[in-house]
Amino acid sequence: MSEVASLNELVVKFANVNGTGSASANQMFAKAIFRMGLPVSPKNIFPSNIQGLPTWFEVRISEKGYLARRGDVDLMVAVNPQSMLNDVKEVVSGGYFLYDSTKPLDLRLFRDDINYLPIPLTQICLQEYQDPRQRQLFKNIIYVGALSALLSIEFDVLAGLVSDQFNGKEKLITANIHALELGHQYASKHFSCPLPIRVQRRNLIGKRLLAGGNDAAGLGAVYAGATVAAWYPITPSTSVVEAFEKYANRLRIDAGTGKKTFAVVQAEDELSAIGMVIGANWNGARAFTATSGPGISLMSEFLGLAYFAEVPVVLIDVQRTGPSTGMPTRTQQSDILACAYASHGDTKHVLLFPATPKECFDFTALAFDLAERLQTPVIVMSDLDLGMNDHISEPFEWEDRRRYDRGKVLDAGGLDALAARGERFGRYLDVDGDGICYRTYPGAHPKMGAFFTRGTSRDPYAVYTEDGSKYAENMDRLLVKFATAKQVVPQPEFWPCNLDGEKAEHGIIFFGTSNYAVQEAMDALAEQGRAVDAMRLKSFPFNDQVAAYIAAHRQIFMVEQNRDAQMRSLLVNELEIDPAKLIPVLNYDGMPLTATTLLNKINTVLAAQRGDSPRKVAGGRS
Amino acid sequence: MTYLRPNFRHPNAPINRIGFTEKDYEGSISTLCAGCGHDSISAAIIQACFELSIEPHRIAKLSGIGCSSKTPTYFLGQSHGFNSVHGRMPSITTGANLANRDLIYLGVSGDGDTASIGLGQFAHVVRRNLNMLYITENNGCYGLTKGQNSATTDIDSKNKAGSVNPFAPIDLVNLALQLGATFVARSFSGDKTQLVPLIKAAISHRGFAFIDILSPCVTFNNNAGSKKSYDFVREHCDATSTIDFVPMEQEITTDYDHGSSQDVTLHDGSVIRLQKVKQGFDPGSRRIALRAIKDAEERGEILTGLLYVDTDPSDLHDILNTVNKPLASLGEEVLCPGNRTLQSINDSFR
Repeated sequence: MSEVASLNELVVKFANVNGTGSASANQMFAKAIFRMGLPVSPKNIFPSNIQGLPTWFEVRISEKGYLARRGDVDLMVAVNPQSMLNDVKEVVSGGYFLYDSTKPLDLRLFRDDINYLPIPLTQICLQEYQDPRQRQLFKNIIYVGALSALLSIEFDVLAGLVSDQFNGKEKLITANIHALELGHQYASKHFSCPLPIRVQRRNLIGKRLLAGGNDAAGLGAVYAGATVAAWYPITPSTSVVEAFEKYANRLRIDAGTGKKTFAVVQAEDELSAIGMVIGANWNGARAFTATSGPGISLMSEFLGLAYFAEVPVVLIDVQRTGPSTGMPTRTQQSDILACAYASHGDTKHVLLFPATPKECFDFTALAFDLAERLQTPVIVMSDLDLGMNDHISEPFEWEDRRRYDRGKVLDAGGLDALAARGERFGRYLDVDGDGICYRTYPGAHPKMGAFFTRGTSRDPYAVYTEDGSKYAENMDRLLVKFATAKQVVPQPEFWPCNLDGEKAEHGIIFFGTSNYAVQEAMDALAEQGRAVDAMRLKSFPFNDQVAAYIAAHRQIFMVEQNRDAQMRSLLVNELEIDPAKLIPVLNYDGMPLTATTLLNKINTVLAAQRGDSPRKVAGGRS
Repeated sequence: MTYLRPNFRHPNAPINRIGFTEKDYEGSISTLCAGCGHDSISAAIIQACFELSIEPHRIAKLSGIGCSSKTPTYFLGQSHGFNSVHGRMPSITTGANLANRDLIYLGVSGDGDTASIGLGQFAHVVRRNLNMLYITENNGCYGLTKGQNSATTDIDSKNKAGSVNPFAPIDLVNLALQLGATFVARSFSGDKTQLVPLIKAAISHRGFAFIDILSPCVTFNNNAGSKKSYDFVREHCDATSTIDFVPMEQEITTDYDHGSSQDVTLHDGSVIRLQKVKQGFDPGSRRIALRAIKDAEERGEILTGLLYVDTDPSDLHDILNTVNKPLASLGEEVLCPGNRTLQSINDSFR
């Protein structure tokens, strides 16, 4: 029997039943690898369900730092009979299949090219525990204990995680460590430990974190001074506002009174959620909401109002698989066009595309500054993979000297000064020529500055008008403002060609969570001697560097996680790019992109152009 | 309707306690149809705010879409206004109120805006007991789209074209009471003596105040057979009592007949004085109010006046336990926890 052998380069996948407490045990496994100084990438692949359906947790460990899904599995921990027939097929030849051997293995699950690791998990639990819930929960901890022996995970690291998790609750700590030991002992006694695939401590993490994007975004909103959060629960965005509330409850309590310097309202629907955000921003608070695709559809009318009436809005869209309800617990980047042009009439919105938890924190905080500076909605385009899975991330930083950019607001003093100069306040009067006008908050001044905010056409003094030329002037000014936005949104990031001295004719444009697969694919392309460089988009509107990058390449691969190459459409539409120049490289099955998928598609195109056949590619094993 | 406003103002026009004349509470000239009930309501709002001596800039006026929602342009020209989208005024007002609890929030809506497209938002703003005055200018039809029936059109009511409405109406006061509104009243745009004190009391109420104001549409729903015409409403109104409002600054001096009178003291010390109170009616009882509405309906009458008031409820800010200062007034020194704290949060991710 062959066995795959690998040190610090492996994929472990857990096949569980949801609602059995497996996620926290599996997270403990991933965190232990992280604490051993190794890059790790856990993906929770869960159903839209609370209890009883198959759920998976896939962990890639890579000291090379490759954190995309690899697409196959070295060691499957199969504790769900419902999914075993498929689970066994995912294991690479020479890989391992750990299963609950309390009942004999179904013969259909037998493959002669993989190694079986039978552990009677249920039987051990029946002997050890009386309480049915404990029998279920500790089964998960026991297989983590077994893995510590099989993969040589430092037991002290796991024990430390248990102590952290049950901080001070000695009874629980002891019970969990006992369960870990049960698994460790069983594996040590029955198998030759460690396996040829195993881990060993490295120092590759440094100061980095293992964090989820939604936690980071919620924390970013606290730091940005958000005081009103209105939301409606929807996977996968729910944990953004939950994180905001968790941190705010800790960090935003007035010491003297015990009262809160924030308000969180769970609205009756997404329409109401964004309505509250618009009302609060109109009245001078920093307010935000978080949602996912169906919420974007519902918020569209209000986004048009905020665009046209020029009210700041911060919206975090954690994208999932659409259209309609789609696959609500799977990832996608498919709200690009719906967000860029949300609402009827001529509208355009500022979008930010974070790729890491650090950027979820930074871009959320930045979104508040941009929304107030530009007096318009700013949408942070996260996705389920980024938001709900943990990622290795640079630590969060806050410059204490940083001041919030509240944009062009006239307070009572400003209005008095205006009057002293003999000028009349015009809410929609472009005095600076950048398309951004001055606003006032309600109640700012007893005599001046009041105006009527409306979604109907108005003149520069906010007076209702049906004069077509005034309407058109205002719409044109909004374009001037969008051009100003181009100057202040984050610039793209450029990834050079990995071949020294080569100028790349081919480029890759990507954004968000495609970064891991692109990084790995670029290394593989360099190994093949193919000169390709890349640009990571961080924002819309596209700044001038984006057009320059496209102009400098013969062809561009558009890497996107949607069916219709939506970012490509946006580039073609906004920058008048020849569509033939932008070759879609798409993945839209709801799973995070693998480097293999990407490479195969790029190589197929390149091979067709050169007339040679694509070579077997590195970086993946398929 | 006229499109010119006469410049003439009486040189000795009365001024209120803070030195404003009633003119200071006016807005642009109305563009509604001549004789529209909504204009009477705008006038009542102007009078109420003048008499309450509210600084105009302390009020924010908000609305949705429809004839009623156009009216905030026609009063309180020195106040900030927000004409939002159809049926969504409650959410905009909720956000605004959360941002700045110190302003007075006046929401104006119509029966289409409230009882149809905005029914969900109406229900939930009631549940949250947002501190605001919510006025529905209820004409039982869609005026701005030329007279279609609305959800408050009475069953068997005949419209201008002669068709009879087959659907049961939504009674907004009934709904507001059942959902827990803490101030509920119904009035008639043609009855200023009742409407002005009700608006004053509702503004002074701390919590969600709802007034359903029957406001006939002269153009599309004032025909014979309509149950929202001027004649029909005038003939069928049945008030729970007469009402006077005594603001907190004012000493109560007038004598009155104690037998059928009731004083209701609001949170801020203002007093709602009810006289000729119907036998058995008690504005402090939600149950009695609901029954009185039903009884009136069975008699073919429309119960008006103050229907229910809870004088000391918890508003949304109480429930959320927010600080006393407006959230919008807080700066980064209060709101931003700083980098040192962030570094310890970073440790929780290691």
